[in-house]
Order: sequence, then C-alpha cells, then structure tokens
Amino acid sequence: MAIETKSNIDILSSHTRKEIDRWVRRFPSDQKRSAVLSALTAAQHQNQGYLTTELMDAVAEYLGLAPIHVYEVASFYSMYETKPVARNHVAICTNISCMLMGSDQIVEHVENKLGIKIGESTTDGRIYLKCEEECLAACTGGPMMQVNHVYYENLTPDKVDEILDGLN
Amino acid sequence: MSDSITVTINGQEIQAQPGQLLIDVADDHGIEIPRFCYHKKLSVVANCRMCLVEIERAPKPMPACATQVADGMVVNTRSSMAIAAQKSTMEFLLINHPLDCPICDQGGECELQDVAMGFGEGISQYSEQKRVVMDKNIGPLIATDFTRCIHCTRCVRFGDEIAGLPELGLTGRGENVEIGTYIEKAISSEMSGNVIDICPVGALTAKPSRYTARPWELTQHPSVAAHDCIGSNIYIHTRGKRVIRVVPRENESINETWISDRDRFSYTAINHESRIESPMMRVKGKLEAIDWETAIDSAVKKLSAAAKKDANQMAALISPQATLEEHFLMQKLMRGLGSNNIDHRLNQVDFSKQRQSAVMPWLGRSLESVESLDACLVVAGNLRLEQPILSHRIRKAVIHNGAKVSSLCHIGGQSNYPVHEELIGSAEQLLSDLGGVAVALAELTGADLTSHLSKLLDGTSPRKEHISIAKSLSAGKNSATIVGIQALNSPYLSLIQEFCEMIASLSNSTLGYLSPSANSAGACLAGSLPHRQVAGRSVADVGQNTAQMMDSKHDVLMSFGFNPTLDIHNGLQYQQLVKNNEYVIAINTYHNQFIEDKADLVLPLAGFAETSGTFVNVEGLWQSFNVCVKASGESRQGWKILTALGQLLLPDEFDYADSVTVRNELKEICRDLELNNLCGVRSSVVKLPVKSRSIQKISVAPVYASDDLARLSTPLQATPTMKQQSALVMNRVQAEKLDLADADQIQVRQKLGTAVLPLRLSDDIPAGCVYTPSGIEAVKNLANAYGAVELEIVS
Repeated sequence: MAIETKSNIDILSSHTRKEIDRWVRRFPSDQKRSAVLSALTAAQHQNQGYLTTELMDAVAEYLGLAPIHVYEVASFYSMYETKPVARNHVAICTNISCMLMGSDQIVEHVENKLGIKIGESTTDGRIYLKCEEECLAACTGGPMMQVNHVYYENLTPDKVDEILDGLN
Repeated sequence: MSDSITVTINGQEIQAQPGQLLIDVADDHGIEIPRFCYHKKLSVVANCRMCLVEIERAPKPMPACATQVADGMVVNTRSSMAIAAQKSTMEFLLINHPLDCPICDQGGECELQDVAMGFGEGISQYSEQKRVVMDKNIGPLIATDFTRCIHCTRCVRFGDEIAGLPELGLTGRGENVEIGTYIEKAISSEMSGNVIDICPVGALTAKPSRYTARPWELTQHPSVAAHDCIGSNIYIHTRGKRVIRVVPRENESINETWISDRDRFSYTAINHESRIESPMMRVKGKLEAIDWETAIDSAVKKLSAAAKKDANQMAALISPQATLEEHFLMQKLMRGLGSNNIDHRLNQVDFSKQRQSAVMPWLGRSLESVESLDACLVVAGNLRLEQPILSHRIRKAVIHNGAKVSSLCHIGGQSNYPVHEELIGSAEQLLSDLGGVAVALAELTGADLTSHLSKLLDGTSPRKEHISIAKSLSAGKNSATIVGIQALNSPYLSLIQEFCEMIASLSNSTLGYLSPSANSAGACLAGSLPHRQVAGRSVADVGQNTAQMMDSKHDVLMSFGFNPTLDIHNGLQYQQLVKNNEYVIAINTYHNQFIEDKADLVLPLAGFAETSGTFVNVEGLWQSFNVCVKASGESRQGWKILTALGQLLLPDEFDYADSVTVRNELKEICRDLELNNLCGVRSSVVKLPVKSRSIQKISVAPVYASDDLARLSTPLQATPTMKQQSALVMNRVQAEKLDLADADQIQVRQKLGTAVLPLRLSDDIPAGCVYTPSGIEAVKNLANAYGAVELEIVS
C-alpha cells in the first residue's frame, strides 16, 4: 500500500515537461530512464542553474523512476549542481594546455576580483565559480573559460573583466 | 544441457558447461579466486577487480566473474601476472579503508580482512590522508560506517534485483563516490537485513547487535524461523546465555541465502522486560510467584477436578506458533481428559465447512517450483510482507520467466513485481471477483461450473479483467492459485475455498493455501483442532472451535503461547473470553493484559531459541531444532510442562524423555498421510452477499504485529513499515466524500468498540473501505476483521 505523499510534479514548468516529453519520445517507450539526463538539464534550467531534492523527486515521478536513480545521476555529473549556486556559471579551464598558457593567473585574478574561491558563489547571486573537472576541449585557444554555455578563448585579465562585468 | 567443454585452471583439467562464469567453475572445484563485488545471487558488474586472473593468450588479466569459460581455455589464478594484479587491486581497495578492525563488528568475519590476508601485500605505498565519509541513518535495523565501504555495490544491486525496492544508491563521483540514500531515509524493504550479510566489509552491520560480541566468541546453532509459514532456515548465534543475532542458513530449496527482517530481528524480544520469570498463582486477586511443584500440583488438581465434573467444560487455545510437539501433547492431554475443545485457529471466523477442508492446507507444490510458474493468481494475501521469501520466488518467476501474476485482494500496491491484473475490494467484492474469474474460465474452457456455483453465479458476466486473469491462468502450462492468509479471517472462507477449488481445476493450476504462522500446518497434523485428531483422524464428538469457545462458559481454560488481548483480533470475543471462564491456566512466555486480569495460574514458557521442537512449513516439510540458550528465569520448555501435567493426570500415556520421542511418535502416525487441497468444499451460502452501503473495514495484522515475538521487538516496531501499517488508511476520494481528508486522527467505531488512529491516504485502498491494523494495542477493542464501521474526526 503506497501511502499518498505530496506530489512534486507540479513544480516542473510546462516548458520543462515539454522538453522532457520531447526527449522521452526519442527512446523506446519502456526506456524512459534514458531521458533522465535531459530531464535534469531542463529541470536545472528552470531553477536558475541548480537542482533541489524536490526537483529531482519531480523528475523521478515524471519518468516513473525510483528517486535514488535520479539522485545517482545528478550527483555523478558535474553539469548538475545539487546545492544552491549563483545564476551565472563560470568555469575556468585549468587542465594542462590552459595551465601552460597561464590559466593559474586567470584563476587568481578572478578570485581576487570577485572575492571568492573556486567552488563558491558571489553573495549577490551573480557569479558561481564552478570547479572545472576536466579539459573542456578548446586547447587551441587556451587559456579559456566557459560562461554558462559559451566558450571564451585566449583570455587575458582585461578580457575576463569585460566578460564578467557584462554578466547580469 | 549442451555438451560440456574443457577448461584448464591451474593445470587442472575441468569439465564445464558453455556459458558458465569462470569464477563459478573455479568455486565448484574448490579453486579459490578472491572477490568482493561478485555474489552468486546478484548480477555481475566486475567493478572491484579483485578476481583478476591470467588467461592464456589474453594480453592482460581478466576478471573471472565476468568471463565466460570457453573450450580449451587455460587459466592461471596464481601466476605472477594474476598475483601482481590481485596485490595491486588489494592495495588500491585498502587506500581509503580505515584500520579500525579492532572496533569493527565485521572484524573476524570480514571478507576484506580475509582476502587482504590471503592475497594482499603487507605494506601500502599510500601515505596521504584517507578520506572520511559521514555515516547515514538508514533506520533502526542497519548501522552504517561508510568510511569502510569499498563500493562493491552488492547492497545497491540487492535493492534493485532482490528486494525490488531501489533505496540505496551510489552517489557522487570519483573520490567523492559514496553509498547512501542521498536524502535521510530509513530503508523500508522487508528483506533489508540481508545487505548486512552481503556487505563484504563492515560498512553495513546489524544495528541491534552492534558492539555486543565478536564473531569468534559466538556459538552457531542451526534453527528454523518462527514467523511465516515458509520456515526459513536460520543460524542463531549465541554467547553464553544470550542470543546475539540471527543470520540466514543457506538452503536453496527454501530461503536460498535470504531471510526476512522479521525472522532476523525478532530475537531482540527474547529477553523483553515482560518475560514471565516464574510460575504465578492468583492469591486474593493478585498474582504471586510460586514454585513449579506447587504450580503443577494446582494445575493437576484443577484439571482433574474439571475433567471429573464435566470434561466438555474445559477448553484449550494454543498458538499456531507453538511447536509440533507442544500441539501434539496439548491435544493428547485434552482428549485424554475427555475434551475435544481445542483449537489453534485464533482468528478464523467461518468454521462452517471445517470438516470438508483439507487435513493440512498446504502450498500444493514445492517452494522451489514457484520460480518456474508461468501464471499465478494470489487471492487475499500480501505475500511481500506476509511471506517475503515466497514473494521473492514469485518475483523471480515474473522477472526471469515472464510469469503473469494476478492478485485479488483488499489492499493494492503491495507487490514488488509487476502484476498482470490487480483487483482490490471489500470482502464481498473479493467474492464477486472470484466469481467473475470462475465464470470467465468456464466460458473459456467450455467446462461447467458445479451446480451450486452456477446457481450462485447465475447472471454474472465477467469483466474484462476477470477474462484477462482467466486467460492467463488457463494459458499457463505451469500455473498456481494461491490463497493468502487474509482469507482465513473472512466470514466467507468456505466460499473462497469453493471458488478457488473451481478456479484451480478449471485452469488446471495447483491450489495452494498459505497458513498464518510458523507451525499452523503442524498444528493441523498434530490435531490441535476440535474436529480432527492427529493426522486428520476424525473425532466422534466434535468439540468447540475458537468462536464457540469464546461464547461458551468453561470451568477451566488453558491458553498456550499467545497474547489473547492482541492475537484474538476481536475485542468483543476477547471480552467474552474474559467473562466466560471460571479458571484460567496461562502457559505463556510473556506477560500480558489477559494474564494480569484473568489468569489464575501462570506457567512460564520457554520461547524462541529456548526450546527444542519441530515446525512444519507450508510445503509440509518437517524441520526440527534444538535448544540454543537456557530459558529465561524459571521458564520451562512447553513439551516438558505438558508432559509433566500428562504424567500426573494420565499416567503411562506421557512417557516422553525428550521432544524427539514425541516427534517420532507423531511422525509414525502421519507416515501415510497424503496432502490434498482439493476437497470439494461446498459452501452453504445460497446467494452472493451484496455490497453494503456503509463503510467497510478491512483489517490486516501489520507484519510486525503477527505475534508477541515480533510485537515486542523494539527495532522492528521502529521501522517505517510498522508505522505505515499502524494507521487508518483510505483513499482520497473516499476521505473527501466523508469530509475527513484533512483530519489527523480518526475515531473508528465498530459495534461496541472504538479505536483512535492517525489517518493516511492511499489510492491502494478500495472505495467504500477503510484499512485498519489488527493485533496492535490501539485497536484491541474493535470487532473482527471485516464489517461496517463509523468514522469521526477526533478534535
């Protein structure tokens, strides 16, 4: 007997649901689980860039999965944030090519400019310095960074200032 | 089987079947390959890399758990390549493992310790800081120390594959990976305790026995579980006078390597504070401790006086959990004194066709054969909670065999496998669904219903769900109809039996009956029945059944091994029991309200793990067990108490030196007994009962309120399952119609009794019904399982 618990499905916006439906259609009908990555991406989008337990529960409910199966995916991939973070995600590549091209100085500059360390968000909720896990595959343009979904290459401190100041 | 192939392991030529896993072949031939993630009952993931071996012509070591044998394969498990691989893996796995073996419960029986000793290196190159993982609270049964985890994922796969309830998962990534529930949550599977056994390290250990003993101090006693009718094999681990824990004893034909949480943790009630420590007698209205001699003497005097006066004024009620020997001796004593008033069917309501019913209702097939079913109909049972091991077998049939399993029951959403059809309803609705299936089967097969049933079902047209169930059953080449234990509480039991016999014979499926307790089957064989003696032999003059006993006055009543206040799920009957009996001799393990209020003489009874005896399971298998620990206080084993009484009351007839002699005598009598569930029961119901318009109660005992042992177990009582089942539950539409949906507490009134319960909502409760628990303190005043109730909000 499944005791009724509060349904979380309502917190998924109609756009998120449409997006999930679109992905679900791409997979065989008995393999809705395949859409969990896209569903989480959509859910994170509607919530200023991070997932809450309620949102993950909603995704699980919508796709008919056990919640733990969604938590596993969300906590595994670095594209998903499971704690509240600021709205603009800035990831400076520090992998080998970028490092050789001076990414350490870029990181230092940004940390000093914003007064936060990698992995933290500014108190005004504007910028989140994401911990970049692996090479972002733009070695020809190092040092580089990813701001939300856009790559910026051949960075200098001045260029970084300009980009970050332009974020709302 | 296809032709066997030859593989060479460590120079030894071995015959194997194509497709077999290398690790299984090696295990079969006693060649040891270390492993952590591999478990024979779980899927293969090959993620621990401990079982790496060298295979000729393979450029690198291969995991034996994920490699299928091939003809001519040459394997070396101890070559320098294999040893180097195993050493490296071991060193890697130990990088983050703490050196807390001296305080770890697993120490001494730890696979990590054993494999590290056997295959690891004495030193580690790692000198950096070890990582620490916060422990999680996952409920009252399982303790966690996740810093010790090596991420073999056996527990995760257990949840997905065996329990059918994914609750534990692997969250995070890389160095941050950890096992857990992610959110704080108590594990709710009824088989959850098995993760303690399969965990190869000390990350998951048993909470109730934590820090109480080291494995090498324990003595292991083979025994049999005391709750459901499956008779799971267990080991009871003791130290001195104490039972420390219970673990599964592997038996492929019964419980495989699993046991239910109830069987595993109920031992915690053995030394409950309510244990009766010495014989007691009521003096001036108060129970006072006396010695055994006086106690036996008083009992004998009272019983012989009562037998002389009028033996029919004596009665005995005995728990279906009592051993075969206790049942046999109790009925022998009662019958020897001249009374047939003995019964163990504490909650049966409909006794009208008891004489036609099976001598020993049983599963109708072996437990192992359940796995190969291709269709099954479960009637009035919640197997997942009531008989978890049987439910697991059915789940295997569904998952591996594509079996179509349907359910006709009162409460839905209880299965951990996909059901073909599930129809829920009141006691009356269940009959009409059974009728629908029977008619659909008759139409499908062209066979006739019996004249009684065709009269009863005249004008019934089956619904599409009924036809679908009928089709699945008759299409099945190996199908079963299984009647669950909730049917026993139904006022229409005989009609359910008649329907199920019809359905089984029309669909050519086996008919099985589940029984409510560990030894209900044994009680039937031993003759703990008013209408049958040992091995089903008839009696000249039928005694009183439980219901009749409640309504009749007796000079002496003996109650054996149960708690009348809670085990008789009918407050009105219970009050009759208190009122109608002049002198009560209670032979019991635990103190209870009935003893406090009513017993005149109390004899302390040895309980679980303290007695030797036999349980007969639902397959008809006799399983005996020995004493594991000395009984608490002055408690004595039941067979000894009854033999002592017997020797004084009926000299020469009770010449038993041990329980084995009792068993052998009974075994001899039962030698030629053949079990048969198809008895041609004809119910006396002439018209299908119509559905009532008032709200109907459907009551089921919560899984951990099945008997005193489970009820008095503190950890089991703290589980989410118990909490969930201890509420009043109805569906939302119903609650809104009655304007109750926002209520917290509801008062339910049935006949003269009331109970107050918290309200929960669930779509799995049929319209027109409310679920209430039975067998718990809060509902002890309510009348029987089914019937009209009135509800009101408690403000």
